[in-house]
Amino acid sequence: MSSDRLRIGGGAGYAGDRIEPAVELSADPGLDYLCFECLGERTVALARRRSTEGGHGYNPLLEERTRAVLADCVQNGITIVTNMGAADPTAAAARVREIAADAGHDGLRIAAVNGSDVSDRFEDLHTETTEGEPVAAYRDRALAADAYLGVEPILAALDRGADVVVTGRVADASLFLAPLIYEFDWPYPHGEPSERIGQGIAAGHLLECAGQVTGGYFADPGRADVEGLASLGFPIAEVGADGDVTITKLPGTGGTVTAETCTQQLLYEVHDPSTYLGPDGVADFSGVSFAEVRKDAVRVEGAVADPPPETLKVSLGYDAGYRGVGEISYAGPNARARAELAGRIVRDRLSIRGLDPAELRTDLVGVDSLHGDLGDEEPYEVRLRVAVRSDDESTARGVAREVETLYTNGPAGGGGARMETDRVVGIVSTLVDRERVDPTVSVEEVEV
Amino acid sequence: MRTVRDLAHVRAGDKGNTSNLVVVADSEAAYEELLAGLTADRVHERFAHLGAKEVTRYEHPPTGALNFVVRGVLAGGVTTSLRVDGHGKSLSSLLAGTKLPEESR
Repeated sequence: MSSDRLRIGGGAGYAGDRIEPAVELSADPGLDYLCFECLGERTVALARRRSTEGGHGYNPLLEERTRAVLADCVQNGITIVTNMGAADPTAAAARVREIAADAGHDGLRIAAVNGSDVSDRFEDLHTETTEGEPVAAYRDRALAADAYLGVEPILAALDRGADVVVTGRVADASLFLAPLIYEFDWPYPHGEPSERIGQGIAAGHLLECAGQVTGGYFADPGRADVEGLASLGFPIAEVGADGDVTITKLPGTGGTVTAETCTQQLLYEVHDPSTYLGPDGVADFSGVSFAEVRKDAVRVEGAVADPPPETLKVSLGYDAGYRGVGEISYAGPNARARAELAGRIVRDRLSIRGLDPAELRTDLVGVDSLHGDLGDEEPYEVRLRVAVRSDDESTARGVAREVETLYTNGPAGGGGARMETDRVVGIVSTLVDRERVDPTVSVEEVEV
Repeated sequence: MRTVRDLAHVRAGDKGNTSNLVVVADSEAAYEELLAGLTADRVHERFAHLGAKEVTRYEHPPTGALNFVVRGVLAGGVTTSLRVDGHGKSLSSLLAGTKLPEESR
């Protein structure tokens, strides 16, 4: 640590996020940790399927990101913590070692955290999903089942001197909380409500979506203007040993950090603010307040966390068949009526051909595709979109193709047809008792 | 007629088939007006045609924010939804455009 406050950067907000902001953060000699949160709900299941089909089980941008930031992180003594291991932390860590060896970082310590994968112990999962369905119903179609691990295995890796920690499924906030517990030697697991752990979870939650707390997903021209969105900077949490937290960003980067951007992110994907459940504690954000202490720096106060729960959340990814989408556009006088006629033609074509997808919807982009039909005035241009889901790939493809054939078989003036078919991974959630999950940590040194 | 956008910013997040909509008021007065006028019932009414089954409103006085948890509104959730906007990111704008009752001023 270069001062009495730990400085942690949020290097990514999702698997495919921009890389330049992390490069800027890694060039900051005052930064201590750079954490990359790269796992959405589906990401591990998609990665596991990719790995069974000959691809990598880790984040597709792992190599590019690592090459982009590693030299500066080594130079500046910045420890990297990331869940880019996705479905294969071991392979991801091995790849990081190769990249580090190529760059001459002899002796760098790379850790792999495994054990989130519980797909081999289905019988240990709770019997119902969070929606109340039987978990067993998904067993035959399951692609992945991963528990959300907490800080423990990351702490173990840091304790063994890791410079880079690569995990699979870990709760987003844990990536950021672990360095705080480790560096400040905070008691964990905490037996009673802890303000420091609560503040640490709040800091992690505020950083986990990266650009969303620095002004991304905020701008509304004329209402909320944000400067420099094309060079949006990613956030930094400055945290003291007593758990005081300030959210900020590097000078000269685009975006803004205000009490408003922090408030939006605090409650983002939270339901009851007094009960934010995670593996490291049940955080209570109901007393959290923000104060702007200087430009682009917001102080966070008032979070607290109850002790860690006895259960961990499990995301179960399953094969949900195929999705077919076809689109075509109409414009000018009577555009909407022609698009509606086109949609009816496609539906009729399906029944003539005997194509019977499990689910079908037609939307008019520009009219009703986002919020339903609110009865506003006629649009100048409309894009018909027909989407289906089917267990059968040829049905999905066939429906999408029926939209394309509207070029020469449908209403006047249809243009710009596109079609695509892809596979669908569904996700349901359940729980597993914490004691049934057994994370493992391996640390290996880079040899040049 | 005033809308939510005249008084607040809105952000949408998703978990499964549930959307959460964070409404951050511009001022204390705006927060008071939203508390009175933007009820869970009013939000339910606005989202019913998209499948909303139940709306819970959480109040967060220290930041002047309301958090609406809207269940059943994401056509099954982003992973299997056939909608253009499977996450429901744009639902923040549906709430932003919601009209407030005159008597709440």
